[in-house]
Amino acid sequence: MTLTEVPAAQQIGFPILSVLIFLPLAFAVFLNLIEDDNVARRAAFVGGALELLLAIVMVLNFIPGVSDIQFVERADWIPAAGVGYHLGVDGISVLFIPLSAFLTLMVMLTSWSSIRFRSKPYLSALFVLQAATIGIFASLDLFLFFVFWELILVPSYLLIRLWGIGTQRGYAALKYVMYMLAGSTPLLVGIVLLGINHQNATGALSFDLVTLLTVPVAPELQTVIFFLLAFGFAVKAPLFPFHTWVPTALMEGPVGMSVMLVGLKLGVYGLLRFVMPLLPEAASQWAWLMVGLGVIAVVYGALIALVQPNLRRLLAFASIGHAGLAVLGLFALNVQGIQGAVMLMLNLGLATTGLLFMAGFLHARTGSSELTALGGVGRHVPLMATFFFIIGLAFIGVPGTSGFPGEFLILLGAFDANWTVATVAVLGVILNAALFLRYFERAFLGPVTRDAVRKLQDLRPREAIVAVTLVFLVLAIGLFPYPILSMTQGSVQALAERLEQGSAPAVVQHAD
Amino acid sequence: MQTESVTPFLAMVVALVGAALIVLTRQHPNLREACSLAASVLQFLLVLTMVPAVLDGQTLHFTVLAFLPQVAIAFRVDALGLLFGITASFLWILTTIYSIGYMRLLREHSQTRYYAFFALVLAATVGVAFSANLITLYIFYELLTFLAYPLITHSGSSEALAAGKKYLSYQLGTSFIFLLPAVIVTYTLSGTFDFQPNGVFPASANATVLVVVYGFFLAGSAKAALMPFHAWLPAAMVAPTPVSALLHAVAVVNAGVFLILRVILDVFGVDLLRQLHLDVATTIVVCVTILLAGLHALRLDSLKGVLAYSTITQLAYMILGVVLLSPTGMIGGVLNLLNHAESKILLFFCVGSIYLATRKTKISELAGIGRQMPWTMAAFSIGALSIVGIPPTAGFITKWFLITGSIEADKFAIVFVLMISTLLSAAYYFRILRTAFFGSPLQSEGDDEAPHLAESSAPPQRQIRESPLIIGPILVCAGLSVILGIFPSFFIDLVQLALP
Repeated sequence: MTLTEVPAAQQIGFPILSVLIFLPLAFAVFLNLIEDDNVARRAAFVGGALELLLAIVMVLNFIPGVSDIQFVERADWIPAAGVGYHLGVDGISVLFIPLSAFLTLMVMLTSWSSIRFRSKPYLSALFVLQAATIGIFASLDLFLFFVFWELILVPSYLLIRLWGIGTQRGYAALKYVMYMLAGSTPLLVGIVLLGINHQNATGALSFDLVTLLTVPVAPELQTVIFFLLAFGFAVKAPLFPFHTWVPTALMEGPVGMSVMLVGLKLGVYGLLRFVMPLLPEAASQWAWLMVGLGVIAVVYGALIALVQPNLRRLLAFASIGHAGLAVLGLFALNVQGIQGAVMLMLNLGLATTGLLFMAGFLHARTGSSELTALGGVGRHVPLMATFFFIIGLAFIGVPGTSGFPGEFLILLGAFDANWTVATVAVLGVILNAALFLRYFERAFLGPVTRDAVRKLQDLRPREAIVAVTLVFLVLAIGLFPYPILSMTQGSVQALAERLEQGSAPAVVQHAD
Repeated sequence: MQTESVTPFLAMVVALVGAALIVLTRQHPNLREACSLAASVLQFLLVLTMVPAVLDGQTLHFTVLAFLPQVAIAFRVDALGLLFGITASFLWILTTIYSIGYMRLLREHSQTRYYAFFALVLAATVGVAFSANLITLYIFYELLTFLAYPLITHSGSSEALAAGKKYLSYQLGTSFIFLLPAVIVTYTLSGTFDFQPNGVFPASANATVLVVVYGFFLAGSAKAALMPFHAWLPAAMVAPTPVSALLHAVAVVNAGVFLILRVILDVFGVDLLRQLHLDVATTIVVCVTILLAGLHALRLDSLKGVLAYSTITQLAYMILGVVLLSPTGMIGGVLNLLNHAESKILLFFCVGSIYLATRKTKISELAGIGRQMPWTMAAFSIGALSIVGIPPTAGFITKWFLITGSIEADKFAIVFVLMISTLLSAAYYFRILRTAFFGSPLQSEGDDEAPHLAESSAPPQRQIRESPLIIGPILVCAGLSVILGIFPSFFIDLVQLALP
């Protein structure tokens, strides 16, 4: 495996990734200096838009089709601990940064009028969350990564605790933090073990992903570290059976938080970014376990979601199934599977979150997303129904939407790897379609049974902007998936090769 | 490389002169406080002037008084002493500013005595930090015990006197029974009081005797609050809050840990410690301390009590790191001297701020305080995150180094101890924060079933205000807790110089 690094200075002339991380943090502080809530909201929107713009600039400057690590920034940080400030993106991570910026902006738009209670701290928390997630996607040093990983906790806790829509939000927030702490502890130990393995081989501690790739890990140690890291990431993913925080958090937390939790598959990303390249032998050895858990999650998530009368709970379980599907794709250990998993993760960021936004709109109108409060809604809010349906098509992976390439590639990869598993996964995909259509039919079609439904108001302008943007993206990616695929292609190919060849030391090159 | 320099001596003298001036200007409170502040700033600057030389690998020496060829009051500044010196003298400045706000708002009595003894304690602390040999260290260590006594018993209430008595009996008892014999036996075995980087004992020394001497040193440093010699620390919380800061962060407990670190590094030496398996024995003691203190803190309702047990845990972290005897672990242990001091003084400052505004000292009374005192409680949250070890704070750096060090030393059991301790501290700090930010004040009034507390309760309708002299130091410490978490490298370099 050869890794080539392209420095940010050479590629774009300024440390764009650092700016992407620290701009939201600056806004998080700056907002609180503004007296008026409305002005603060506008300033936040400008900050969010600026961030998205920057992320798009980065994507446009990204060299597609190669496995190079791009926009690289390196600086010494804590030399005594082998810790460096090392940022960079490759095909696997590059698209998640604009996704994160995009989702944050959408969340700001949708909560424009719904969050009136302490809106400045709300927006600050959102900005910190954004900075941390972008930091996670851009970090190439495991220490730095872990710092961002933990930085998520505080804003997430506050968002669920203070702005949650359920009555049990205190419990949900605590449960979320407890699960995350339980996951991050083994993660920390696993990371340290990797660093010490490097120390034993070379005499110096290092937590730099690229440096760590140059030192193979002994098979027994790989298994230990694999389980530590995989557990840590599985809790966040969420992979069955560590998923129980998701329904609670989605039911009790604010829509914005749910969107960030479900839309950004941080746990799956962790498996993809660190576990698979660093521990290729263990990944192959234990693929059966991960695939098994993935398949169980796909079927379990879909079955439970099928009988949920509440849209948010339905989406929670469906997203557990989707995380399972993504893990299944990863551990098919071939190009199609991994490529599919990346595409699926992107699609979830648009489709599942799109439906969550819709659930939020419904909740804002009816005070609930229970089926019993709905029925025949489509007649009175045709716009919402249409958008809901189109986004739903992407959610279930209909060709022509962004959901299709991911699901299709994962199944392709799975059939290649294991025929039986793939068959079961197909069943899950079918169930997934059934559960969406069933909900849509009962909520939006059929006779109107509630008076409240007749008075429903259709999408307001800000909500419509969110919905239209999502629909546009879902269709654009679905109809023209090639640009996206070509961005991820090079890195995915390199990873698949590494998985095949085992942990031969990687060679690091610096592009000049 | 040795260099003669009078600076370490001056750093001590400046505090003595400060104390004298404080007494002389007792009729003019403003002037008196100015003297106090000037002394602290001067001391800090003097300490800072020694940084370049020490970073350069030099040690600074100054002999004050030589009784005999081997017995002298002498100063020697190396990286370990300098780290302690920087911590103590810097935090003295902040504590002085804070004290001015605190003591004046409370209209405390005997403020001259208070400031004078504070300065004297700092003189002794610098003496401990910069001592060149065991006898100097011992003398300043004992002086510190006596000089802190009037501060602990400042209020003069029977409770304070009882706490003072407990403090004195723990300190003097352990130092006369254990520390002094250990110092003397060390001298008879090695023929020197001087510290030496690889230990002072000859290879012929009897192993059993050495083990006993080591045990005596450990038991003799009751200031480090290792179990079972910890009970004086929670009792001492009756002292005014700035004194608690002095005990927990600036001087006293750090002096205890510092003594143990000196004994481990420069009296026994790492090799001998490993050879005698004393690292394992110490590890067991500190791990028991860590876990028991954490469990005990969960049950307490007193705010200062929780902080006291949290300090006991953190002090044990420092010793734990060093006895891991792995390079990374030792860095973590020594670094925690600074990191913990920074964060714990912040927490005590916040507790004092709450007390000033509301006269509340119990966790159960804190409901709603987060809304009334947003700055104080925001800073408190940062301090709590740091002590628990959540990035990006100083405490996280400590935790990372300790965990890396444990794994480096192949001691996985310690990783579990650290994890459990993290969860325990998360639990008791979370309890405080949840009550403060999310607790409803009405609920706690319903629980208030003790009318006899009325005499000590807060003046009703008192306006809650966060005074600048109080908030200033709090914000500085909060900022530092984060800065030390993001840019720890300068102090790590210093710590590395202190280690073999």
